[in-house]
Amino acid sequence: MIATRFWIRWRRFKSALGWTLSGAAFLALAVAMIQILFYVFAKGFKSLTFKLFTENTIGVGGGLKNAILGTLLLSGTAMILAALVGVAAGLYLSEYGEGRMGSLTRFLSDVLVGVPSIVLGFVGYVTLTVWLRWRFSLAAGAITLAVLMLPYIVRSTELALRRVASGIRESAYALGCRDHQVVFKVLLKAAAPGIGTGILLALAISAGETAPLLYTAGWSNYGWSGRLIHEPVAYLTYVIWSFIGEPFHSAHALAYAAAFLITALILLINLIARLLIATSPHGNR
Amino acid sequence: MWFRRLLSAFALLVPLVLVLIAIFLISYAWPAIRFNRLDFLLHDTWNIGNQYANPIVRRGATIMPGASFGIFFLVAGTLGSALIGLLIAFPLGLGAALFLSEAVPRRLGHLVSFFVELLAAIPSVVFGLWGIVFLVPLLSHHVYPILAETLSFLPFFRRPTGSGYGLLTSGLILSLMIVPFIAATLRDALASQSHAMREAGISLGATRFEVATRILLPGQKAALAGATMLAFGRALGETMAVLMVSGNALNYLPQNIYSPISTMAAFIVAQLDSALADPTGMAVRSLAEIAVLLLLISLLINGLARFMIGTLKEHTL
Repeated sequence: MIATRFWIRWRRFKSALGWTLSGAAFLALAVAMIQILFYVFAKGFKSLTFKLFTENTIGVGGGLKNAILGTLLLSGTAMILAALVGVAAGLYLSEYGEGRMGSLTRFLSDVLVGVPSIVLGFVGYVTLTVWLRWRFSLAAGAITLAVLMLPYIVRSTELALRRVASGIRESAYALGCRDHQVVFKVLLKAAAPGIGTGILLALAISAGETAPLLYTAGWSNYGWSGRLIHEPVAYLTYVIWSFIGEPFHSAHALAYAAAFLITALILLINLIARLLIATSPHGNR
Repeated sequence: MWFRRLLSAFALLVPLVLVLIAIFLISYAWPAIRFNRLDFLLHDTWNIGNQYANPIVRRGATIMPGASFGIFFLVAGTLGSALIGLLIAFPLGLGAALFLSEAVPRRLGHLVSFFVELLAAIPSVVFGLWGIVFLVPLLSHHVYPILAETLSFLPFFRRPTGSGYGLLTSGLILSLMIVPFIAATLRDALASQSHAMREAGISLGATRFEVATRILLPGQKAALAGATMLAFGRALGETMAVLMVSGNALNYLPQNIYSPISTMAAFIVAQLDSALADPTGMAVRSLAEIAVLLLLISLLINGLARFMIGTLKEHTL
């Protein structure tokens, strides 16, 4: 009897210890997260000036207008390319991808997600920048980023379409719809919030990338003049990496400001993406 | 039918891209693969050779005199930092997932875990910035001296504690970057289990912690293993954050846990400019060989992980 009571107490003690440890694990993560955000926002906020948005970078000083516009341009172009291919491929996988080609594509798309971004950047450099002689350019940077985003969009599109009840498809076909009518008039509308969320999350990932762009987009102190190739493009993450290593106060201030801007942008995109899926009538997550 | 064909053409682009990447990379690296042979993995001297001399021919390839491309030190740095990252991230992710799924009310857990998942959204380069200006000074001035003092009986933890840029710092940053994958995957897997399992456990007299660890967790071993593997793959291929806090050691094997290192991914960024100075091109092609190696590792790890958990869920992407 005493032994049993002791045994129960021992088990309760172990459980309490277990919860304490797992709570501590969560706390450690939350503290790290808050620390990073606080640090980046506090340092970045102090470095924010009006000049950042109106002037281009001059050496290690000036503003960030070229980099802000460059980041939007690179990620935006990449998003359009990747969304076009990715949504179509996701549609194929979800609607007609039961066969061997479907499962192979699914598998390789999952594998492509895991390819390190620097490998994509190096391949982009070897093929687009050097072999095709595009040099550092918007086209080389945006295509490399698009390859990075593609598998995310393919799989999130597929998952979003699979959540659409099959009865909806069947009724559309029963009413005499053709394949493309089912897709454009019914499925894409029903799955739009899920697809949009996937595209936005991929956009957030691409906006924060540095490694794929270093040797494809290059760096430029000037704003983009409209050429697709042969003209390097500036972007915010380059400023963070490169300028924090310079021994000048103005360079550090630009790096902090760039970190603030890119982190705020990415958190905002993430928030919008989550709200989109949470407020949609069909979203069930 | 035309519509299905059109879509399948787009879908075909995905495998095509991966195959093209592999073909381009391997064919570009081929001269280096032939020249370096197994020395590439086993030797630890990376030297692009005397750039002021005339090129010589060795093993049938034109190189600069003294050139040698061995990356054993990179393999050691990559595996070492990723393993340290995983060793820290695994218990943290496991604990956080248990806590968020079983100890916190469901709605609150959902909200808070979104917050933790945001950790995965922070760009690598921002982690690197935080590492340089906050973490490195903190660790090298305050934490590492104490660590070296208290753990001096362990061989790899002894002094010198170095500058703060190195193996353990890289591992710590990597752990923060990969822990959301483990935590989020496991939390969702646990939360999706039926309530009947929990109720059955409680009615048998198990505590809630025993229900979580002995009843719910064993069923999710595959998900946990798959997520851990994917996280390991991320750590191996992580570039910018490691580049910024690793110390970028060249031809140097870590002497203790504070030693400067470099990893394969970071090395490609750090060395491409100087490799381009090699007029024979062998240095850039050897960098391409590193990229081939990274590609193969990521294919292997992702293939295995995918095999383990079946189709990937949305947030593990």
